[in-house]
Amino acid sequence: MSKLWKYFKGYRREAVAAPFMKLLEALLELMIPLFVAQIIDVGIAEGRSEYVWQMCGLMVLFGTVGVAVSITSQYFSAKAAVGFSCAVRRDLYMRTLSLPRAESDTLGSATLLTRLTADVDRLQNGINIGLRLLLRSPFIVFGAMIMAFLNDWRIALVFLAAVPVLAVIIFVIILWGIPLFAGVQAKLDVLTCHTRDNLRGVRVIRAFRHENEQIEAFDKANDEHKKKNVFASGISALLNPLTYVIVNIAIIMLVKNGALAVDSGRISQGDLFAIYQYMTMILVELIKLANLIVTLTKSAACAERISKTLSLPVEESPDELPALQDGAPVLEFKNTSFKYRSASGDSLSDVSFSLGSGEMLGILGGTGSGKTTLIDLIPRMYDATKGEVLFCGADVKDWPIAELRRRIAVVPQSARLFSGTVAENMRWGKADATDEEIKAALFAADALGFVEEKGGLDIPVEQGGSNFSGGQRQRLTIARALVRKPQLLILDDSFSALDYATDLRVRTNIAALDYHPAIVVVSQRPSSIMDAEQILVLDAGDAVGLGTHGKLLADCDVYREIYFSQYGERGQENG
Amino acid sequence: MAKKKSILTPEQRRATTHRLLRFAKPYIAFFIIAFIFAAASSVMAHLIPMLVGDAIDLAIGEGKVDIEAVFSLLPIMLALAVGGALLDWLVRLVGQRISASITHNIRAACIRKIQKLPLSYLDSHKSGDILSRVIADTDRLSEGLMTGIIDLYSSVIGIIVTLVFMIFINPVVAIVVGVLTPMSMLVAAFIANRTFSLFGKKSAIAAKQTAVIDEAIGGREVISLFSHEGDSLVAFDEINEEYRKTATRAVFYSSITNPATRYVNSLVYGGVALAGGLLSIASGGAISAGEISCLLTYSQNYAKPFNELSSVLAELQSSLASAMRVFEFLDAKEEETTAEISISPDSVKGELKARDVAFSYTDEAFMENIDFEASSGQRIAIVGPTGCGKTTLINLLMRFYDTTGGSICVDGKDISKISRGELRACFGMVLQDTWLSSGSVRENIAMGKPDATDEEIVAAAKAAHAHKFITRLPQGYDTLLGEDGSVLSAGQIQLLCIARVMLALPPMLILDEATSSIDTRTEIKIQDAFAEMMQGRTSFIVAHRLNTIKNADKILVMRDGKIVEQGRHDELMAKNGFYASLYGAQFKMIN
Repeated sequence: MSKLWKYFKGYRREAVAAPFMKLLEALLELMIPLFVAQIIDVGIAEGRSEYVWQMCGLMVLFGTVGVAVSITSQYFSAKAAVGFSCAVRRDLYMRTLSLPRAESDTLGSATLLTRLTADVDRLQNGINIGLRLLLRSPFIVFGAMIMAFLNDWRIALVFLAAVPVLAVIIFVIILWGIPLFAGVQAKLDVLTCHTRDNLRGVRVIRAFRHENEQIEAFDKANDEHKKKNVFASGISALLNPLTYVIVNIAIIMLVKNGALAVDSGRISQGDLFAIYQYMTMILVELIKLANLIVTLTKSAACAERISKTLSLPVEESPDELPALQDGAPVLEFKNTSFKYRSASGDSLSDVSFSLGSGEMLGILGGTGSGKTTLIDLIPRMYDATKGEVLFCGADVKDWPIAELRRRIAVVPQSARLFSGTVAENMRWGKADATDEEIKAALFAADALGFVEEKGGLDIPVEQGGSNFSGGQRQRLTIARALVRKPQLLILDDSFSALDYATDLRVRTNIAALDYHPAIVVVSQRPSSIMDAEQILVLDAGDAVGLGTHGKLLADCDVYREIYFSQYGERGQENG
Repeated sequence: MAKKKSILTPEQRRATTHRLLRFAKPYIAFFIIAFIFAAASSVMAHLIPMLVGDAIDLAIGEGKVDIEAVFSLLPIMLALAVGGALLDWLVRLVGQRISASITHNIRAACIRKIQKLPLSYLDSHKSGDILSRVIADTDRLSEGLMTGIIDLYSSVIGIIVTLVFMIFINPVVAIVVGVLTPMSMLVAAFIANRTFSLFGKKSAIAAKQTAVIDEAIGGREVISLFSHEGDSLVAFDEINEEYRKTATRAVFYSSITNPATRYVNSLVYGGVALAGGLLSIASGGAISAGEISCLLTYSQNYAKPFNELSSVLAELQSSLASAMRVFEFLDAKEEETTAEISISPDSVKGELKARDVAFSYTDEAFMENIDFEASSGQRIAIVGPTGCGKTTLINLLMRFYDTTGGSICVDGKDISKISRGELRACFGMVLQDTWLSSGSVRENIAMGKPDATDEEIVAAAKAAHAHKFITRLPQGYDTLLGEDGSVLSAGQIQLLCIARVMLALPPMLILDEATSSIDTRTEIKIQDAFAEMMQGRTSFIVAHRLNTIKNADKILVMRDGKIVEQGRHDELMAKNGFYASLYGAQFKMIN
């Protein structure tokens, strides 16, 4: 958790000044009972009205200085707390985006969202209150104790006994609370997950009239959250009443000993009043402290989770370009295997092939045969667990990751766009692309037509591209990749939502690209990859065939089966 | 939109409070119990300073202390302290239960609301924004309620009890305190008024930021593929900075309340000391030192609730802004329920007629003059270029959206008069946009038929060619699927979606690109199962691969939101029109 301190950078002055100004205010407050004691012992006892006026005047003066100092402190702490939390949120956001897939998949989207929103909010709240009160409250407690000692140390011994007891009570309840509130938060994550599920799957839920089951599942999680929440807050609610009882017992002791002390002439009536006032002050301040600690407990639990997320490993890669061999194949797999963290067996085993510049590799295989897994290894979405993946002759792990990805363009299976404009989405491929470059890419992806029809490059894209149809989204994601003019173009089943006519146009355009990228095409349709220099046939993670269409047709059973299943024995369309 | 509404008019504020009270109504008994306990606890707590004052008065000076009298006060004080604390704890417990229950109920209302909202609402609102209302805003509301109930109660009661006790000791000083202290309320109200709109603004920006974060988390794969982390951060920074500025101001202004009211109180404290001191001197001891001590303690106690009241109000303000956002969601217009005509999946024959159907997402007409008929058991294929309205037509059949003109009838009954649930029960659907619920594989397949036996589930999975890969999963049919089914590939998810329909088998089917992510080898096998499934069921098939629909009884060829041709494959080919050209393009690809 201590690693979060650095986020106070830029707000250090405020973060230090705020509590110290609160300290000053507290100091002024500690003087007040002394003035009243003087009024009782001197003013009233000696009947001096002007003395009463003087003391009251001083009290008002102290109060005025106090309020000015306090408001300044509030400003500083607001600034520091919000600044701090924004800096944390920013880093957390950055970290979230650079988490390796294996990590972020384990955490899940809902958890990541909670970390970035609700958790940071609570942390901000905790810091704000903490800056204002964390120094002030203990200072008043100990200050009042010292003042009491100065009055009469024997009576003040009561304070010495009471404060540790209070501290223990506070400590125990808080330690108890931390895991309890973490449990409450975990249940809230479950609720978030359910709500997301319902928003994402609304069509299916309604089609299957599954509304009631969804409601039941949510209700169950909701009940559990409530139960945990009530229990956890019930425990933390013990703090106030318990401290209250202890302080009052101390006051009773104080009255008893104080009466005896006045009787023996050690202290005056005014002194007794002052000591009593200090005890009340301690009570008020301790209750504040207890509440503060409850808030801080919750924030600490959030800080803990945030800091855990912040210390997850990020994708790492060297800064320097690796030594490149001239004439090396653009892409080469050497006995490459991959196993998912949670899986028992390899999802891809012992795959080897090499792809030269300007060539095309087709990948064909059944559902779950490892096609997408293979693709994920190239831009290092995952790292091979055995064997090597070479790009331009160098292991992908030796490439600076950004540079590697800059030279590769992937069109993923799911066509995901981001809110903004079409042009902004296209510039994901290449930040400084000109309108002409974008239009050329859109044209090649057969997307220029509908984009211009809707109003050109600056038409808005809603979140998830929801204002475009599935096929349009897919063509836009193809264009986004083409804007990049990559050395290696990877199409992961990217034509699935296109009709044949469009599919044909897009593929003809891609084949005619003047910069001749090496191309990897994953497809369900043998027609899309028949012309490839090589076709890799995958079956349950194993490479069962590699070669041209003609060769595979002759000697690969799986390929033949897939091919004929779609086109019939004579290579004609199956009627 | 949220920006405009973040500044609340008094009516809106009242309306929000009113709504909140409605949620509080079932807990009225708890409120009363909490009130009685809080009152008792408060009286006990305030008796203690009075007894201490008595003790101080008994301790006048050296050798003049009535020790016995002082000691007799002590057990009473102890009893009061313990009793007051116990009651205080109970008040807190009750308060927390009320706030947790209300939040619980509001969330339950939210999830029910989601089921009742029209798709047009859900499609046009960012899910991150709705999420933030259902989760984060209710959370803020819950905290506001908790402090609201507990502190509001103890504050109001504390004020009354102290005032009564003060009048009992010295009416003059009591009036000074009673009149001056409420000034702090005015100060607090002034500040609260200013901060409320700021908090609304803060909430609105926070929601926008959540939407940005949500999008980035959902698209993190694409972001890393395009090394777009940096640019994505720039967009985030912009809104983060906006949030920082607004939040700093909102947090600061709201935190002025405390010192400002404390200042008013210290003035009152000084006033009591002055008045008490001068009165005592003037009257020659008519008011004792113990009474002054007691009055000073009370004036602090009297002020404390006012202070708390103001911070409670500030907290309530911010949670009221959150509450309003939640209620805004809960008040969104629901789908009108229609149930004039009843229909049952068991007796539906599956005749479907569309007459002059029109539809638009916006003011501009998108779909017009849609006319077609499907007799019972027919296979109807819908083809056309992307964006021509195929999916929209499906949306209309399932009543995800309602037609804006014309009518669609099932067995001669206008579907706009049938309840949506009953209508949808007659359709089995596999969509291009697949979705699995979090839960086990088994639960997902059984979605359409909750009472299915294990044998039926396995049979459906086998028919969908999903059985084999399911058994290879770590826990087979009991494997839990994470969010978005993340352990499965897109094709596997689609197979599960197909198994789901295979199990339910309603009288009509809709297959919208049902096999787009499945390889052709598996698809061929599934086609057989589909063919069997479609036997005797009216089916609507949207597909790009035209060879899969050549056997359809009728092909609807769509273009730009209209049906341009319809008929059997051979008829359409003979016509040599738009369909023939689409088909030709596909055929050309194979050569």
